[in-house]
Order: sequence, then structure tokens, then C-alpha cells
Amino acid sequence: MTNISEIKDQIKDTSARQVVEKAIKMAKDKSEYNAILNLTEERALIRADKVDSGLIGGKLAGVPFVAKDNFLAFGAPTTAASKMLENFDAPLQATSVEKLEAEGAICIGKANLDAFAHGGSTENSAFGPTKNAVDMEKVAGGSSGGSAVATALDIVPFALGTDTGGSIRQPASFNGVVGIKPTYGTVSRYGVVAMASSTDTIGVLANNIADVELVMEIMSGQDVRDMTTLPDFFKVQDKPKSNQKIGIISDFMTDGVDIEIRDKVNEYVDKLRADGHTVEEVSLSMIEYALAIYYIIVPAEISSNLARFDGIRYGHRANSVKTLAELYGKTRDQGFMTENKRRIMIGSYVLSSGFFDAYYLKAQKARTLLINEFNELFKTYDALIGPVAPTTAFKIGENITDPVKMYLNDIMTVPASLVGLPAISVPAGYNKSGMPIGLQIIGPMRSDASLLSLAKSEETKQWINQ
Amino acid sequence: MLTDEILDKYEMTVGIECHVQLATETKLFSGADNDARDKSPNSVISPIDYGLPGMLPVLNRKAVDLAIKAGKALNSPIAHVSRFDRKHYFYPDLPKGYQTTQMYQPIIEAGMVSFPLENGKCVNVRIHHAHLEEDAGKLTHSGEYSLVDLNRAGTPLIEIVSEPDIHSAVEAKAYATELYHLMTYAGVTNGDLYHGNMRFDVNISAALKGSAELGTRSEVKNLNSFRSVERAAEYEFRRQIELLEKGEKVIQETRGWDDAKQKTSSQRNKEEAQDYRYMPDADIPPIVLTDEEIDRIQSDVPRLPNEWRAILKQLDLDYPQIETLLYAENDYRGVIDILGMIENVIDDSKKSKFIANWNVNVLIPLLREPSFVSTDIDYFALESMIYELVEQNKLSSTNAKLLFRELASLDKLPNVESYATDKGYIQVSDEDTIILIVDEVLHEPTSKKAIADFKNGNEKVIGFLVGQVMKKSKGKANPELAQKLIRERIV
Repeated sequence: MTNISEIKDQIKDTSARQVVEKAIKMAKDKSEYNAILNLTEERALIRADKVDSGLIGGKLAGVPFVAKDNFLAFGAPTTAASKMLENFDAPLQATSVEKLEAEGAICIGKANLDAFAHGGSTENSAFGPTKNAVDMEKVAGGSSGGSAVATALDIVPFALGTDTGGSIRQPASFNGVVGIKPTYGTVSRYGVVAMASSTDTIGVLANNIADVELVMEIMSGQDVRDMTTLPDFFKVQDKPKSNQKIGIISDFMTDGVDIEIRDKVNEYVDKLRADGHTVEEVSLSMIEYALAIYYIIVPAEISSNLARFDGIRYGHRANSVKTLAELYGKTRDQGFMTENKRRIMIGSYVLSSGFFDAYYLKAQKARTLLINEFNELFKTYDALIGPVAPTTAFKIGENITDPVKMYLNDIMTVPASLVGLPAISVPAGYNKSGMPIGLQIIGPMRSDASLLSLAKSEETKQWINQ
Repeated sequence: MLTDEILDKYEMTVGIECHVQLATETKLFSGADNDARDKSPNSVISPIDYGLPGMLPVLNRKAVDLAIKAGKALNSPIAHVSRFDRKHYFYPDLPKGYQTTQMYQPIIEAGMVSFPLENGKCVNVRIHHAHLEEDAGKLTHSGEYSLVDLNRAGTPLIEIVSEPDIHSAVEAKAYATELYHLMTYAGVTNGDLYHGNMRFDVNISAALKGSAELGTRSEVKNLNSFRSVERAAEYEFRRQIELLEKGEKVIQETRGWDDAKQKTSSQRNKEEAQDYRYMPDADIPPIVLTDEEIDRIQSDVPRLPNEWRAILKQLDLDYPQIETLLYAENDYRGVIDILGMIENVIDDSKKSKFIANWNVNVLIPLLREPSFVSTDIDYFALESMIYELVEQNKLSSTNAKLLFRELASLDKLPNVESYATDKGYIQVSDEDTIILIVDEVLHEPTSKKAIADFKNGNEKVIGFLVGQVMKKSKGKANPELAQKLIRERIV
């Protein structure tokens, strides 16, 4: 699997241009996966030449990456995988992209996603589903499916993603790569198409933890343009704290979860114990409500954040309309996918007068209880572990007509999102059919670096490239 | 026809919502220029203001500071924690599809505005709350299309919501005026009414006096002058009474004010009101304020109108004079510091009385003359020098005014006393000189009758004699001294 240090060696041996050309060629060769919507070829090569001529330097000089197509970036449209923004050229770049470019990294393309990041399979893209890196019959996971597959296919050593309820962690686990959903507020959300303001996070997918650490170190930090960013705290740790106390979330180890996934989690627990850590079973009484809370609050925020796509100032605008209401209605009908509309409708419903208290407000109160419960556990435990998803990647089309079944796949990733906790997804092996299995480690607020450090000490490549 | 008798059966109840544009350099959530006056359309907007995907609001702390000052002016406590919410509706002047406002936890809590009327009554209007929010853009409708200008989108506002404590059109006008004074004195807004810095939504209802329930209200939106607030309230009150007297119902609705016709007309029914789907704005952390911060910011607020009223009353000014000064302070803010001149000498009661009276009786009338062009001269210095000369009996009040008018339009102040001397304005207070003139006058044949009358007890004729002295001295004689000398001579 390609990693950043190998790429940097290749740049040293050949040139940034050759490395970037190779990445672009690979992206084109593997286009049947539909991982990348638009390449930023021209701009990428100009930047590669600047690296080679010494005009651009930095920790990632010449290293190619892809950004999920909800990051505003130059060189290609920012579509959010929607008809609404199919031809939208961003006039500025996301803070995260700017920070990576400042260290010389080169964005070669924009990765596929569920339109506006609504989904867990990348089947909701207006430009077709992304196929799983291991089995093309299977989904990539989502919504950062294109980012996960581009990384797993070795097109790039890392990719940017967003995680609102599992959108980095789940595709990472479905494709056998590492993914981090940082503490809420670690990386600026400026310049990323908003989904749910209170749980949106910016993270990274890569083939190993060291690369995740490096990219996170560059991207993280307070940004005056995003008031919810936290004061700088992310600092890579040399080695993890010894004798950690770790809780295994028993609520996620029930019969509803594939036995092979539970086995891999238990194998990981054995390794942790062998390394001197204590692992105990823990349970959270509020966790069974997490999915319900999530699918009230997040659609509410989506309905609000997507109100700006009205055809007036940018993006798609419906033709031959006679009234303002018709302009809005047709524009939004044509520009949004079914899942976008479903969430806008749910969100509008739970916010409407007469229902606000019963749904939105109640969900927020339950969320507070969930937060309290996690905080209580973290008084005792350094981290919590469990699976990322109840299944490995499912067949394309299998769940698409059953939104509830699709939402159930998020059951283990949404709790950390609602609380704002950092959570990482690391490869834990494969099932018998060869599909990757991911393991999730959740920590208290701002424990991102220590979670990565713990996972790095356990990192093994035994299951890779079987 | 509504007779006074019918009108008298009813009581008017009015509540006013006032939108105040804050005097910040930049917008509430972006760095774009907040001054949209005379700017070409969509030239002072940032990607945040036009709702580009991925943009996030960055709260302007200056706007928060001004809200804190407004709270002081409204006698309202400031919330230690306040938050922003989103109010959703679709309209082309609203770029994000929602207005960022404060629905649930506004920054300014319940307060009270008190102000006097000319009849001596003091009106107390309770403030329900006031909150921070952003303004919307502006649409210009043409036959075929509508044009969107977002220059004003994102301008910081506070909306001041009163309780329905206002019971006449005169009170409504006075309340609107008082808010204007309060917000301008506290430095919250520039108070440019012509450019919509303050806009009033007036809720009016009529009910039989003594009735326990309020009548159905109508709301007249977007009034931008005190007079239109008064006229609209009066018009609506009468319109509603006419309906009620005919046995018809008042419809709860929004009405617009036509300033040319001096009439309101129906705009839309409130029954069709949309559901705004309010929700907390997760992009903006709560505003958390300590008492120390609030006190520090409010300590910058200068004297407010009621404090000035008390001071000016102490200086023996009456209601119209006081209100004239309060208005003029706003009218000439940044040009001439009308009240600041009084503030300068606040500890010297004699001089402050002089300056206050001078401003009311001489300076302000002069400034209001259409042909008068004010210059950069220091009016306080000029008034102070005139005060000294008057105190030293060197200037009569008539000459003082003439002198002031001449000097007020100069670009630079000369030495006032030498100028006055050269121009012959300095009055003679030297007894020996005046006695000569007095004697001259008393010996004139025309004075004989007056002297006789005076001796017979007619005090009034002394004025005639003083007048003669003044005339002979070409206005230079000190009239008080002249009178004293005349009395001494006659007796």
C-alpha cells in the first residue's frame, strides 16, 4: 500500500511531475470504480512543476491527494456529487485544502460521495455509485466513498473526507483503510459544503496511521473563519500511554453484528491486553437512542443548511418557470437527489411549529444525556472500542430502497458524532469472503492524537494484500 | 364620521418593534463594508453575505458591544449567555434561506423606556426584549423581472420589541423619537432615518375603554419617520373604530403605509403566515459575557436623554427648550457638539446656564437658517468669550447676538474682544462717561414729562429714559448702569 514516505522517496528519485502524472494515470485507469468525479489535472501538473523547480516546498511537497467533492477547491468544479452544483466553480478554497497546499501537497481530483454527503454507500451520487476497492459488486461505503476507494486503490496515499455520522469511518472500514473523525472543531469547516453544522467534521483517510497523523497535524488548528474550531491541541505522540484502561462497548457486540466482525474486535482486544492494557466491557444506556437522535437533529440541520440552494445566486436553476415558488420548487426538485429531499422533508417536519418540542427539542435533550453518559465513562476509561459498522460492505443496490436499513448501518458511528468525540476506524482484518473489517476507537474530547498513537502501536499489516 | 364622542369610547393600544441598524464598520457575520449608502448593487458583499456553500458566520464583536450599550439605554439587563437562531423562509433577498437572529435567548432582556410628554406626563413603555439579527437584502421589482441587491444583507440590527404600553398616537411618536435619541446617544446607530437606519413596525388595536381584552391588531410595517409612526397609528385607530362601529371585524393583518396618501392598505393576511422553523444556529457559539465585560463596555456610554433632561431642568430650561437641545445634539452630531459644550462647564452653574440658553436661543436658530453655512470654528470657545464679555458688562445681550452671528460664519476666530471693540459692540460701563450722556438726556426738553411722571410714581417711564441714553450712546451704554444713574439723578 502506498504511503506518504514512499511517495516522497519516489519524488526524490524521479520528480513530482512524474509522481503526479502516475497518480492521474492510475485514476484514469481505474475510472470504472467511479471514485473520482473530476480530475484537477492541469492545475495539479502546474503545481508539480513548481515543486520540481523549488517554487513550492513543505512537508508534503509534491504528494498527491484527492479531496471529497464537498471541499471547495480550485481546478475542477465542486459538485457535492449533485446536479445542483454540477457546474459550480469555487471562488475560494477550503481552509484544510489551503493548509495542505501550503505544505506542497497536490490535489489531483475530487472524490465521489453521496450527494451533499447524505448517505452511507455513495450510491446517492448524482454521478453514479463508487465501487468498493476490494469487490466491485459491493458499495464503497459513504459518504466519503470516493475518498476511501481512491486511497485503497493506491491512486493517492491519502484523501480528505467529511464525517457527520460516520462518513469517514464506515467507508474506511469497508475498504480497509484508516480513517479519522476528529474531535468536533479540530479542523476548520470553512470552505466545506455544510451538511449538519453541529456534527460536521473534516478528517482524512490514509493507508497507515503515521500518514493520518501527519495530515492531521497540518490541517488541524483554530481558524478565525470557523468560530467552532478549538484552540490548537493536536500534537502527534511518540508512543501511547501504557496500561490504558479501555472499554469495549458491549451494546455494539450483540447478535445484530456479524460474528466475523465481533471476532476481529475480540482479536484486537487480545492484542491490547497482551500489550499491557486493561479491557473491560462497558454499556451505555442512551446509546440505543443515538440513531433516533441523529436522524432528527441532522436532518433538521440539513434542511436549514440546504436552504441556500435556491437557484438565485449560483448552481442549478430550473428553466421555463412562471412564478418564484415554481422556480424554487423545480430548481430544488431537479438539483437534489431523493435522499436529499427525504432529509430536507424530515428536517422541516421536526422543526415545524407544533412538532419542534416533541422531536427536535426532545432529541437535543436526549443528546445531552448521551453526552453525559460518555463523559462519565471517560472518567474511568482512556478509550472505548467496538466495530465501525454491523456488516462489511453490502451489495450495490441492496439497501437503496430501504432507507431505514441503510440508516441502521450508521448505528455505531453516530454516537461519537452526536457527542463530538474523536473516533478512528482502523483495519482489523478481513472476513471469509475477503471483505475488510474495521474497528473503531473512540476517545474523550481532544484525545485524537492519543487514539492514533494507541492504534499505531497495534498497527499490523498482516491482513493487507492477502 | 367619527365624532369625538365615539372616539372617546375607545382606547388605542400600540406596541412597536423597532429595527436599528448598528454603526459598525463591517457586517454582523462578515468583513464586508457595512456602509451600503450610494454603493453600486452587490458591491459590498462577501461570500458569507451571499451564502456561498461552505461559508461560515464570524460574529462581529463590535456589534455585540453596541448591543450591550443599547441594553444600557433601554434599562435592560444583558444576558450572560445569549445565542443565535435561524429563521427560515425562502425569498430572493435572503441568501442563506434563513435569517440569523436570536429567537430563544436574546442578548438584551426586559427593560423600560421612560420619557416626558409636553403636557408633563411621563410615559413608561416596557421593553419585552431586544435581540441581534442580520438585515436582508433589497429587491427591485420590474415588470418582467426582479433585481436582487445584497449590499444590505448581513447588516447588523437590533430589534427592540416593546410591550403594548402605548395608548395614543402622540405617545407612539414620542416613543419612536425617544428610541432614536437613546440609540444615537448611546452610539448604537448613526440614526440616518433617510437611509433606513431605524425602521418601525407598529402594532395597533382599538378596544372599548375598560374592556379586559385588547382588540384585534393590525401591523403597519417599515415606517421610517416619527411622523409616519404617529399618522399611521392615528389612521389605523380611526379605521378600526369605523369598522367596529359598523359591527364589522378587524382583520389581523400586515398593512403598508402610503406616505403620499397618508393611508394604510392591506398587504397580506397573518393567517397565511409561514412557519419559520426556528432552530439554534450551531455555527455560532453562544455569546458569554461576564458582569465585568458588560460594565466595561457600558462605561463608555455617555449621558442619555433622561440624564440630560434632569441637568437641563436644573439649568431652568423648559420642556420645549430641553427637547430642542436633545434633537439638535443629534442633528449636529459630529459637526457641533451642542450638549458637549454644556458638559464642558457642567460644574459652573452660571456659565452652563448661559451656554445652554445661548445654544437654544441663538446657536440652534442660527444653524437652522437655510442660508447659514457652518464652518470649523470652535463654537464653544466663541460662546465662552462672549460669556466673559457679557459677565464683564462689556457686551449687551443685543450686541452679543450680533457679534455672535458675525463671528459664527468666519473660517477662523479673531480676538473676539478686539473685534467687538473695532466694530463698536463693546458697551460702555464707565460711570463717568455714562453720567455725561445721562445728564444730557435729562436736560433735554423731551425728557421733562417723563421725569415728572416718574416722580409721580410711574416706574415704567424709566425705560423711555434708558432708551434715550442707549440711543445717544449708539447702543454702547450699559443699560443697567444707565438706569441706575438715571434713578440717582432724578431722585
